[in-house]
Amino acid sequence: MPNMSLTKNPMPEQEPSIRAANFKEVALGYTTEIAKTEADRCLNCKHAPCVKGCPVNVPIPSFIKKIKEGDFQAAYEIIRTQNGLPAICGRVCPQETQCESKCVRGIKGEPVGIGRLERFAADWAMNEGKISAETAPKTGKRAAVVGSGPAGLTCAADLARAGWDVTVYEALHTAGGVLMYGIPEFRLPNTLVQKEIDNIRALGVKIVTNAVVGRAMTIDELLNDDKFDAVFVGSGAGLPNFQKIPGESLCGVYSANEFLTRINLMKAYTFPQADTPIKVGSRVAVVGGGNVAMDAARCAKRLGADVYIVYRRSEAEMPARAEEVHHAKEEGINFLMLNNPVAIKGDENGFVSAMTCVKMELGEPDAKGRRRPVAIKGSEYDLPVETVIVAIGNSPNPLIKKTTPDLPTETWGGITTDDMGRCGKLHVYAGGDAVTGAATVILAMGAGKKAAAAILEDHP
Amino acid sequence: MFPIVKKRVLNPTVTLMEVEAPLVARKALPGQFIIFRIDEEGERIPLTIAGYDRVKGTVTIIFQKVGYTTEKLDTLNEGDALLDFVGPLGEPSHTEGVKRAAVIGGGLGVAIAYPQAKALHEAGCKVDLIVGFRNEDLIILKDELTAACTELTVMTDDGSNGNKGFVTQALQQKLEAGEKYDEVIAIGPLPMMKAVCDLTKPYGTKTIVSMNPIMIDGTGMCGGCRVTVGGVTKFACVDGPDFDGHEIDWDEAIARSRMFRPEEAQAKEKLKHVCRREQMADAAMKGGN
Repeated sequence: MPNMSLTKNPMPEQEPSIRAANFKEVALGYTTEIAKTEADRCLNCKHAPCVKGCPVNVPIPSFIKKIKEGDFQAAYEIIRTQNGLPAICGRVCPQETQCESKCVRGIKGEPVGIGRLERFAADWAMNEGKISAETAPKTGKRAAVVGSGPAGLTCAADLARAGWDVTVYEALHTAGGVLMYGIPEFRLPNTLVQKEIDNIRALGVKIVTNAVVGRAMTIDELLNDDKFDAVFVGSGAGLPNFQKIPGESLCGVYSANEFLTRINLMKAYTFPQADTPIKVGSRVAVVGGGNVAMDAARCAKRLGADVYIVYRRSEAEMPARAEEVHHAKEEGINFLMLNNPVAIKGDENGFVSAMTCVKMELGEPDAKGRRRPVAIKGSEYDLPVETVIVAIGNSPNPLIKKTTPDLPTETWGGITTDDMGRCGKLHVYAGGDAVTGAATVILAMGAGKKAAAAILEDHP
Repeated sequence: MFPIVKKRVLNPTVTLMEVEAPLVARKALPGQFIIFRIDEEGERIPLTIAGYDRVKGTVTIIFQKVGYTTEKLDTLNEGDALLDFVGPLGEPSHTEGVKRAAVIGGGLGVAIAYPQAKALHEAGCKVDLIVGFRNEDLIILKDELTAACTELTVMTDDGSNGNKGFVTQALQQKLEAGEKYDEVIAIGPLPMMKAVCDLTKPYGTKTIVSMNPIMIDGTGMCGGCRVTVGGVTKFACVDGPDFDGHEIDWDEAIARSRMFRPEEAQAKEKLKHVCRREQMADAAMKGGN
């Protein structure tokens, strides 16, 4: 008899007041007992609607069945057939809009906690199980992967499993891309990302760090000189966007990319132990309403600041995951909805002293159906802050486009591909934020997976 | 790891290192830079490429001991290695079609001005190279500089080399004497580059400066290196580091360069502790009583 509880087993978490002062992981993970109880809520539907909601087609009911049976190793292996980074997806996927949104149990009550169970199986395997590094026999084919973020790693893992020889080129000193420099430690610990990367290395994938494709080498050189059979470009999101309002280059204004990179990649939160500093005022404004804005706000909070999220629409339109907004609120972050920055003011030394905002109201829906925010005349006011973090997205990195003139790109700079990640240039494939603009880890992984399939199909 | 194959102390505060980095050496061009990191706790610090040897696969960097990381870098020797060394980054300098140029270098900027002057000179351009130091003892690369230009002028702040004054004064004399440059290239501390730009503006002489702002990744991701050029935000790592000096918002660039001054001082304290600890360990080993 399945467990007919209408609610998910809650995720054990650090208390908000405690976690708001440390960088340790917020969600602690299900215990074996909780995992089995939660797995019992799954009805093991024959038509498995949940799988249709998964960008990488994890056989969800099958792995949950194994958790029910207590065979956690088997559960992990089932996930791993489709997903190269399960411990990561279990933590950062927006399950509520993907697999869990299709769950039959969600019609009346809460869906099965699929993400939490995925995380449980992955963590169990990492700590107590075996991680297989089996691959198909070597085919003699070679692929270069540009960027070691979620798209690149997924593509590399799938090709390596199919017997390809894969070399990943990473511009930074550490592999992992946004998983390392972007997503904070308290949501996705770097040691865990490192373990997942080690698992991919165990498949024979070579990762060359400190290698900037577009500068040290070009795509054409990889194909013609280094004789790679295919190149996958997963170079990620690029230059941070700014609002183009006065004062954005004052000291104390960071892009979310810079702020998060200092903290996550360079460990500035341990300064002076780590050599890279971060300067955070006692009052911080974070501009934007996405997951990156939530991450930046929660980091600033942990560094002791009073934090204000400034977002020009209302909470209903916020692109951040509900869970992230909920966590941020629990930790005492202030939300200034329907507020839009119009200028940043500085003191005599060029440091931020305030951000001028205007109040907004929602007008007619735009092309995407989101109600367009309109400024309320005369409602400007100054929000006193010493730090401003701008989290309003990125524009594609220009390096590869500039050095690969025959690579077709969209007018906004993203790389043009078909549904399977094929570019308009022979043997070149692309996926992730470099193609879609800023999106999610799982969509990037899905794109890496499709491109790997296309590479295998095109190079039999 | 990136081994240091040569170390040469140029003056008490400036050091040259040749680093084995084949991937960088094979593509490096004048005007580009690298980012290095000493160890696992280290900062990513950009340095302009001062030279490269494509056959040996080495890149030369010249640095001044100004902050925590450069002080620490200077404690490394031949045979030691850097943990990370990435490049070439930034756009190379555009020197096509320049027939007559003045290259101005101040302090450490001389080390960066040198490869630019050399490249222009080798391309057949007539180059006046004007460099400035605080005093005669700090003059670096004298022979290399002489060989890299048509005419070399060395200024010292205190006149100890018999040529007292700032680089701007030497340039001013030339401009007043009617020299017509296709381009003036200024490389050095921000106030010096600003002064050169202020000087050349009334003459309408195109003036290129090499910016070295704070940056983290150096590949177009963090946006820390933004510089306002002609009222537009540019990123030094992908749009620069060379910019039209007459268009730069210098006050903003100078303020931004000072953003982490207190933290820099705090980090330097750490170095003192390390040094003291090492000295104590040395003393303990030597003393034995």
